[in-house]
Amino acid sequence: MNNLVIFPMLIPVIAGLIMIVFRHQITFQRVLSIVSTLAIAGVTVVLIQQVKAQGIQTIHLGGWEPPFGIVFVGDMFALILVLTSAVVAIACLFYAFSSIGRKRETFYFYAFVQFLLAGVIGSFLTGDLFNLFVCFEVMLLASYVLIALGGEKIQLRESLKYVLINVLSSMLFLISAGFLYGAVGTLNMAQLAERVAEAEQGGILTTIAILFLIVFGLKSALFLFFWLPGAYGAPPTAVAALFGALLTKVGIYALFRTFTLIFPHEPGITHTLLGIMAGATMLLGAIGAIAYQDIKRIVSYNVIVAVGFIIAGLAIFTMPSIEGAIYYLIHDMIAKALLFLLAGTVIYLTGQKWLKEIGGLIRHFPVLGWTFFIVVLALAGIPPLSGFIGKVLVTQGAIMEGSYVLAAIALGSSILVLYSLLKIFKNSFWGEAIMGKEEMEPLKLGMLIPCVFLAALSLAFGLGIEGISAYVTQAAETLMEPSKYIDAVLYNQ
Amino acid sequence: METLMALLVGLLFTVGTYMVLSKNIVRIILGTAVFSHGAHLLLITMGGLKGGAAPLLDQGNDAFVDSLPQALILTAIVINFGVTAFFLVLAYRGYTELGTDDMNQLRGNKDE
Repeated sequence: MNNLVIFPMLIPVIAGLIMIVFRHQITFQRVLSIVSTLAIAGVTVVLIQQVKAQGIQTIHLGGWEPPFGIVFVGDMFALILVLTSAVVAIACLFYAFSSIGRKRETFYFYAFVQFLLAGVIGSFLTGDLFNLFVCFEVMLLASYVLIALGGEKIQLRESLKYVLINVLSSMLFLISAGFLYGAVGTLNMAQLAERVAEAEQGGILTTIAILFLIVFGLKSALFLFFWLPGAYGAPPTAVAALFGALLTKVGIYALFRTFTLIFPHEPGITHTLLGIMAGATMLLGAIGAIAYQDIKRIVSYNVIVAVGFIIAGLAIFTMPSIEGAIYYLIHDMIAKALLFLLAGTVIYLTGQKWLKEIGGLIRHFPVLGWTFFIVVLALAGIPPLSGFIGKVLVTQGAIMEGSYVLAAIALGSSILVLYSLLKIFKNSFWGEAIMGKEEMEPLKLGMLIPCVFLAALSLAFGLGIEGISAYVTQAAETLMEPSKYIDAVLYNQ
Repeated sequence: METLMALLVGLLFTVGTYMVLSKNIVRIILGTAVFSHGAHLLLITMGGLKGGAAPLLDQGNDAFVDSLPQALILTAIVINFGVTAFFLVLAYRGYTELGTDDMNQLRGNKDE
């Protein structure tokens, strides 16, 4: 029992509720949202130290022992993701201060960001499949509002489709949870893991596992990503960056949890399917990224490629590949937020989203240009930056396991990603200046600083890999040995 | 009883799927509502319909109903209620802004 485990979810809920009361006090809301997000990060750092020293921390809400009550579990994997989410959210919030506009701010923008964070963090920390559904819904409802807030035509058009897809996938989630409950009689993840292991995951349980794969595939844009490019192109930059960094990652987290903890017994079926889906996601995402001339589309397809790459690490299912996937997951949250912020800034400056209408920006905005170059290199996996170690480990795992096709697709897709991003860099920052500086919007410092902060973070993550590796290894160990998780949750060991 | 429920759930899913596939946005929303009823009924059937008394153990009831699926459905109903309300408002706002409720006309830009 450790009461701290609930705090990362509780803090944003309370902060969001307070903000609803003070609708017109924008400055107060801004300060409170930063304070709350910093508090989440602080609590999570403390928790990570505790988990490192004492093992997995749990809290049984209301004193009801599992499997009867609601249980929150802080293991290393979940806490690392919580910490990264909080840090990325701080950068996106700072960007929002100078870009989101007064109208959205008075319509509870900051409150909904807090609720979104609460849902995301709750999904990471919950130890029970039904609460995962509830936290998913909290997150999704906040995201529905954020995507539609402002009421521009494109936002309304895309949010209708986004809401429909997510309502249907949530129903499927409920149905699969119902089937699982009917089959094994519990929804506590640790107990599920135990009972599925006892039943040796027969045909019915594998079918349910595939149902979960479809559900989380829809949420994380794994193969079923048709809804993503439209939806992520609609909202304002700060919101798109939050979505790109956090929302698909929650689906990825759920896939990791279910397929390492509950259904790891039939890797021949489920993990092969995961591998095929991951390969197809990387290929199709990369094709989309190079096919479009529209900056927002290119960036959105880059999110899809990364999802495929991380799930490839899960599909290979060895210690190095899981470790690599975790490294890449952290890297991708930082880099995708940065990429969305930079792309949004370019569109804000020029008022154009088509590459051929933009050119020569680096003459006027050198810092912005080089920050973009850093994120290109990071996403391509060039050594001193954050994407490198993840790529190496996943590829190494793939070759060790003999999944040469997956390794080839992973490497080939990173070249295509590099090409697609260099296309933006070359077209918009190099070349002839199509517009003079006076024709463009002035670059606000409040937009540049979050980008530089995230780029520095990406660099620090790449250089400080030695310091982080112990934590990531512990996270991967918990994922590879479900017994640790089960013992901590059910038997308090 | 379970067989009957399974047939009903199947019927609801069929109707829901049919309605979600239509063009009109209001029909789609009603389709998701029907779909969710199917999901809720499926959940309660999965918990086992045969049973008996309320789950009050100190009353000496040996045969009692599993209360967990009911708690789950209650939560799911509340969530679904909220989402449907939001979806209806969104559809209305979309209709006033975009001037259409036909999903075919809500595709991406013309220049894509």
